This record gives sequence, C-alpha cells and structure tokens, in this order.
Amino acid sequence: MSRKILEVNSLTKIHGTGCPLCLASTGPEADTNICPYCGSVVAAHGVSFDLYQGEILGIIGESGSGKSTVVKTLYFDDAPSAGEAVFFDEDAQYDLYSLNAAQQRSLRNKRFGMVYQNPHLGLNFNVSAGGNIAERLLMSDVANYGAIRERARNLLVRTEVLENRMDENPKKFSGGMQQRVQIAKALATRPPLLYLDEVTTGLDLSVQAAILDLILEIQHELGTAMIVVTHDLGVVRLLAGRTLVMKYGRVIETGLTDQILEDPQHAYTQRLVASAL
Amino acid sequence: MGYVAIKGGKAAIEGAAAATDYLRACNSEREAPLALGAIEGQLRLLVSRAVSEGGLYHPKLAALAIKQFQGDTLEAAFALRAYRSTKPRLLETPPQNTAKMRVIRRISSAFKDIPGGQMLGPTYDYALRLLNLGLVNEDPGVFRAIARRFLDDAPENELPDSFPKVLDALRAEGLLPALKPVAGTSFDVTRQSLIFPVPRSAALATMARAETGSLLAIAYSNMRGYGDVHPTIAELRVGYVPVMLPHPVTGEPMEAGEALMTECEVVAMFEGDDQGGKPAFTLGYGACFGHNEVKAISMAILDRALQKGMKDGATNPSEDPEFVLLHVDGVDSMGFASHYKMPHYVTFQSDMDRLRNTQAKAQQKDIPQKKDTA
Amino acid sequence: MNTTYELPLDEAGYAFGFMDEYAKKEVRRTILKAICIPGYQTPYASREMPMGRGFGTGGLQLTLSLIGSDDTLKVIDQGADDSVNAVNLRQFVQMTCPGVDVTEKTEEATLIQSRHRIPEKPLTEAQILVLQVPYPDALVVVEASEARRKTMHGEADYSRLLVKLYEDLVKFDEITISHRYPTRVHGHYIIDPSPIPRWDVPKLHQSKALILLGAGREKKIYAVPPYTIAEPLAFEDVVFRVEDFRDASGNRRTCSRCGASNSFLDEFSDEADGEADGKIYQCSDSAYCDEQLARQASAYQKPKTEEAA
Repeated sequence: MSRKILEVNSLTKIHGTGCPLCLASTGPEADTNICPYCGSVVAAHGVSFDLYQGEILGIIGESGSGKSTVVKTLYFDDAPSAGEAVFFDEDAQYDLYSLNAAQQRSLRNKRFGMVYQNPHLGLNFNVSAGGNIAERLLMSDVANYGAIRERARNLLVRTEVLENRMDENPKKFSGGMQQRVQIAKALATRPPLLYLDEVTTGLDLSVQAAILDLILEIQHELGTAMIVVTHDLGVVRLLAGRTLVMKYGRVIETGLTDQILEDPQHAYTQRLVASAL
Repeated sequence: MGYVAIKGGKAAIEGAAAATDYLRACNSEREAPLALGAIEGQLRLLVSRAVSEGGLYHPKLAALAIKQFQGDTLEAAFALRAYRSTKPRLLETPPQNTAKMRVIRRISSAFKDIPGGQMLGPTYDYALRLLNLGLVNEDPGVFRAIARRFLDDAPENELPDSFPKVLDALRAEGLLPALKPVAGTSFDVTRQSLIFPVPRSAALATMARAETGSLLAIAYSNMRGYGDVHPTIAELRVGYVPVMLPHPVTGEPMEAGEALMTECEVVAMFEGDDQGGKPAFTLGYGACFGHNEVKAISMAILDRALQKGMKDGATNPSEDPEFVLLHVDGVDSMGFASHYKMPHYVTFQSDMDRLRNTQAKAQQKDIPQKKDTA
Repeated sequence: MNTTYELPLDEAGYAFGFMDEYAKKEVRRTILKAICIPGYQTPYASREMPMGRGFGTGGLQLTLSLIGSDDTLKVIDQGADDSVNAVNLRQFVQMTCPGVDVTEKTEEATLIQSRHRIPEKPLTEAQILVLQVPYPDALVVVEASEARRKTMHGEADYSRLLVKLYEDLVKFDEITISHRYPTRVHGHYIIDPSPIPRWDVPKLHQSKALILLGAGREKKIYAVPPYTIAEPLAFEDVVFRVEDFRDASGNRRTCSRCGASNSFLDEFSDEADGEADGKIYQCSDSAYCDEQLARQASAYQKPKTEEAA
C-alpha cells in the first residue's frame, strides 16, 4: 500500500455566528444546512478521510452539499471552524491549521495545486499564460528566466496548449484552453497533491473528455494524489478510485467508486445514481 | 552654448515671491489692504474652510492665511497645518459634548416637529441665487444698519441656550441602537499614521480635516448609485461648542473658550443584528470646525458608507476605507499634484534610456521573426 | 467669538529646526526602528512642513530631526545644488537652524539631503544621506491596497513583482523599469529606493554612509543601514543593468563640461554645439563636475609653477 499523504479529521465549516443548536438542527435528516435558530450555514461538518499517494478521491454531491468547502479549506482559501488536517510531505508532516499564514502560503504555492471551475479564480488575467506559470515558479524561488521559460513551455505543451500562445493573455482563450492553462499552472511546482473543483463543468462534452484524459495521464505519469470535486457521476466513475458522497454538509456514504455506483447504500445516493443512468 | 539649465534658483524664488505679492497689491492706488477682521467677518465661510481643513481652530490666523495666500483655501489650510507643526502639544482635549452647543441653526429632515423645534438660522438654502447689485458699491452706513436692524428685531429672551438632540428621541423609541461605550481613547491622526484596518475614530478624524470638495465628490458618488446609503438628515446643527479642558491644577473641567462647529447626523436604512437583536436604523456622523454644511453632510454619509464597508466588505469606492481616507486630505493631494511641476530630469533621462533600448531591441527583432515562438 | 484676542507677536520666530521637540524626538525614534529593520517602511505621524507634500517634506523632517549646529548640510535636487527646490530647502534649513554650515562639496557634508540622485563621490561612514521619497512602496505597481501590501511585505511575497519583470522580458526583451528600481535590502524587504536612476542603485549596496528614506505624504521612514546588502531585483540569467551612455558606435559619452566618462549624464538638445544628433551631455551631479574641472585646472597650473620655481 502506498504512503498516506493527507489525513482529514472532523473538518467543519460554519458561515455565520453559530449557536449550540446549529449542528443538531442541520444535515441530511434535517433536510437543510441552514440553522433555523441563528441562520448560520453549516457548510461542512465532521468530514474525515485519508488520501494516499497517487490516489484520486472523488467528492460528489449537489450544490450546497459542502464538497467545494472541503477543498477550499484544504487549499487555505477558507479557514475551517473546527477539525484538523495533516499533510504528510516527503520528509515532514504539517498540521495544516496550526501553521501561520506565511507557512500556509508556502505549502499552497509549493506543495499543493488547485484548479477551479472558474478560471478567473485560478488565473491572473493581467499577465500572459506563461506569466501565470512563472508566478508559481517565482513563488517557489526559481530565479532563472531561461529555466522559467523552459518549464512553462514544457508544461503548456504537456497540457496541449499551443506553444506559440504562451505569451498571450489567457483572457483570449476558450474555456477548455483556460482550464488547460490552469492545470499547467497548478502542476508548475510538481505538487504531490492536486485539488480539482468542478473542472469540466460548463465545457463542451468533447472538451470535457479531453481534459479528463489529460488528468488521468498526469496522474499516471507523475503519481499526483488528487481530490476531485464534482456533481457529475461520470467524472468520478472515470477518475476516482474512492468516492465520498456529501449532502447538506455531511458525508453520507463513502467507499470504492464502483461499489457506490453499483450498490449505493444511502437512499440519496440511490436516487443520485438512478437519475444519472 | 545654447542650453541654459533652470538653475540659479535663489534669485528666481525671490522674484516669484515678489511677483505674487505684486498681484496682491497691484490695485493699491484704489483699494485698501484687506483687514483681517473684514476677512473673518465678511468671508466667514472661507475662514470656516481654512480652520476645518487646516485642523486648527484659529479664525484670526486663518484670516491671515487667506489674505497671504490670496483666497486659496488649499494654501490657507496648508499654512495653518505647517504652523501647527511648530507648536508643542500641551494637553489632550477630552471628548466634548456637542449637546451643549450654543445653536445658531438646527434642522431635521426626518421630523417636522422635533424636540425644541426647527430653527432655520443663517442659510442660503432657500435664497434666490440672484446677484444683489446693491452690494456693488455698498454704503458703510447701510452696511452698519443691516447688523443693527437684525439685532433690534431679534427676540432675545425666547431662545433657549441649547437644544436636545433629535437622535436621543429616536434612541428612546428603540429606532436606533443604544450608544455603546467606546473602549480606549480616540485615534489621533496628528500623532499616528493610518494602518489599515483603522478604527472609526481614525476615519472620522481624517474626514474632519479633509478637503471639502474631495469629501463631497466621493460622498456624491455614493448618493448617486455607487453605493446605497439613502440617508435622511436626522439633525444638522451649527453653533458654538463650549470647549471644556481640565484645569491645570485641579483637573476639573472648565470652559476654555468655544468653537464654531457644524454637526450632522444621518440615519440610514435599517439593518438586522448578527446577534439576533432587533433591527434598527444605522447612523452616520459628520462634524467639522466652522460653518460648512456640505462638508458635515458628506462626512456623515461617508461615515455610514465606511462602516458598512468595514463590516461587509466594500462594494464601491466610497465604502473602501483606504480609498476614501487616503485621498481626501487637501494638503497631501494638492502637494502631490503640485510636485509634478518640479524638475524630473533624472528620471526622465532614465525613462528615455529604457525606451531607446527597448526600441532598438524591437527593431532587431523585427528583422528575423518574432522571438522564441518560431 | 472672542473679539479681544490679539495675535501673538512672535509668530514669525521659530524654534531651532522648525518642528517642536516632541515631533523631532518621534522622528528620531522612528529612524532607530527603521535602522533596526532594514528596508521596513516604518509608519510615523508625518508633520506638515511649510512646503508642499511631494517637495521633500519627508526628507526635510528627517534632516530637521537629525541636524545640530555642528553639522554641515548639502542639499541637492536632480544632482544639482543650485536647482530651485534645493535652494529653497537649503534656505529654509538655514533660516530655521542658525549656526548650521552649508556646503556644495560632497566630502564636506555630514548630512546630505537629496532628491532623485546619490552623489557620484563615494560617501563615508561619517555621513548620512537623506533621500526624498514620493512612493515608498515598490509593491504599489502590482497591488493598490496598502493593507494587502503590508502582508505581502511581511511574508516577503514578491512573486507578483517578479512576474512584472518576467512579462517585461516577454514583451520587450528588456526590463522596462527605468528608475525607482525595486531593491531587496538585507535579504528580506524590497524597497522603492526613491526615484534615483538605476545608475545610483549599486551605491546602496554596502554603503559606508547611513541612507535614510523619508516619505512625508505617505508617512513612512525606511533605511538602508551602513554595510547592508542591497540587491536590485533581477533574474539569475538576466542581470540588472544601469543606464547606457554609449553612443551609436559604442563609445562612452562624456560630460561636455568636465569630460568625465564615469558619471550619470543629463542630455540636452543643442543644435549649434551638439553632437551629430544635436545632443550634448553634462554631469547631472554638479559638485562632481565642478571638482573634475578644478582638478584639471590645478593639474594645468602645476607645471607652470614648477617652471617658475
């Protein structure tokens, strides 16, 4: 069995002031994630899982299920309200939420990668495609212009972005091409851990298929561990070995993806699978 | 050699000063020099701007500054600030109670009937802006009679010294949140620089010294739609606030004098309370030295907008504390705008070097092809 | 209104150094902090000076807080002692600091206030250089919010500034920053070294003199202490370059007045006496230029006097 890379324990995120009744009065049974007493949103509660080197873990659910919240807190876009996460790097381990802001920024730049559904969140549209990749390399203290150019060019070639568009602003690119640049940017520092948040949503079917192929290829080549957040059962079927199903901020089912798709246990998952078939 | 550098500055500076002073005096065959008292009285609104933007309540020196800088309010306020830099601080003024203001004007647009009543007082609000040609050659006798007639007609005994505040009535009804005691002393913008996020007292102190036009422009953007404060003026008052200072020996507060001030309180759309308290109106506060209603109103609107921005994040420039507070100071902004008139030979030389170099490289590049895309 | 108030008669008389002593003390404390944290923009409550914000009020507050009657002051603007603003500042200091000597000679000064230049002549440990700063923050070109810039400085997060250099190279094959060249001090903070040309940036590195930078309008003081590392931002393989004063055939241009070929030059149009392109060049540092001329004159006179003896 390969090495553990991430351990998440009871991750919780509440938007709002919170009250003692929040947790008991939200979740799948309560059929809401909004606390009826104080109006706070329990975006995620008690999320726990392990992730191993080279593994792809899927998180599936409808909008509002808390699936994006999980990767956002792991990538430090959001601070969790409670819970912990430990990242096992090659020779050190980090308790993610006890690190200071500079340490978090450093991990985020050097050891994690993120691809957002909306390219505006992942790309700087004021600089060229190559400049976007350069930014991540420069954050990691690469200081050689030639080396940065070379690495950016290789990454863009690898993600099938035309090399001669490297110096163009990604604003002008198609949606699929923007996602490829985002993937290249996320991979710039060869991170062992990659978060993918609805990366194919809103793209044409043929473009979706090509992007998913690219992600699989990268996983094979680099052995990158990934967390893939999606509402699309087809995406987890293709990519993820294991899957978590989330509803109203809670994990309601977890297991091998095939098992979940073939023999869903929770009534909600059954409905989800049935509607997709 | 054809080139003459702009050097030999001493003579030039002296010449510039003489030329400026000449323009002040060029009609001296026909006109008397301005008396400071005439400026203080007849150009009182100009004096108000200088004391408020200069952050120094000294109407006499303000009149002098207006005379010396030929009516330029930015320069006059500037001179008062520079004068202030030379003076040691002997005492910190404790918070003053504006409810004790000896009011010359107070209105509310929220209620027709406010405790103590509306008092229009001196205002141009309902004046017809028709030039009064009677002032062209004003007869001193007629001029004196204006004041005498007004005082003779004034019903001296009927007016109270001070009025209750409209907001107190709203608070009593629970329409405004109760006053919260403020922890610590208020931020002193003359002793600390702004490091964001700043407390509300820092924002208020900055705006109280701000340039009227700058405040008005940003507040106006909020009123027009780059913002949604929708204010109602609960109370606008102008008058003399007794300045209470601790006695140097006993420490007991004693009245050291009074300062003419304009104060404005606006109430804006109500908001729910995060803690589940009942919704109430929100409040914006503006106050400045002198009689300057547009400034006090603008400040109150911006105070409300900034509080909203600090709480929920700015959605437009007038709600962004950095944007507002770093761009409204007249002395800062006029100084920086003026500094571009100074020589920038060295930096421009450096700019030319870069441009020529870049042009040369572009020319070389055009000959083979576009670089590194081939 | 108190109508009996009389203006005090001593309004025109100012204390030594114009500012009140508390204000000067506060500036000096800020200077100490700035020296302790090289390159950190130390906030302070900048006072209004009787000249415009942008005309050197930050530098002037530093000078007035440091100067004593045994100091010798040199004031330059654009390298010249006799440019209008330099004259104005020097006169003001002379007026408010009686007993202070002024000089145009770099080596004679204990305190040098300058706008846009560092003197050509190397400074010594006995000297303090005060630079006037309009924009204290090198990050302002990539981030408008001061609050966010403060965090970026704290974390030494300068990647966006480096991306600007990268993009420059992509677009122009050249770093286009001409002056105010971002410079890393003591391995952490990146400073805006004030609008000095790139020519002067290497003079910050391991400077023997204390270099203080004052931004009056932006209310910041920062320092490059003596013998401190100061490195202009660049890539390993794209080095920082100062202004190029070579002509079309590759020869270093010289000052048309003193003949120096190792100084920063001002360029003038001169149809009559100029070079082929109608341009003539002169030292920007007027004291340096005068010194070269004086040396040439004495070298010229020496053989004469020997002959007479």
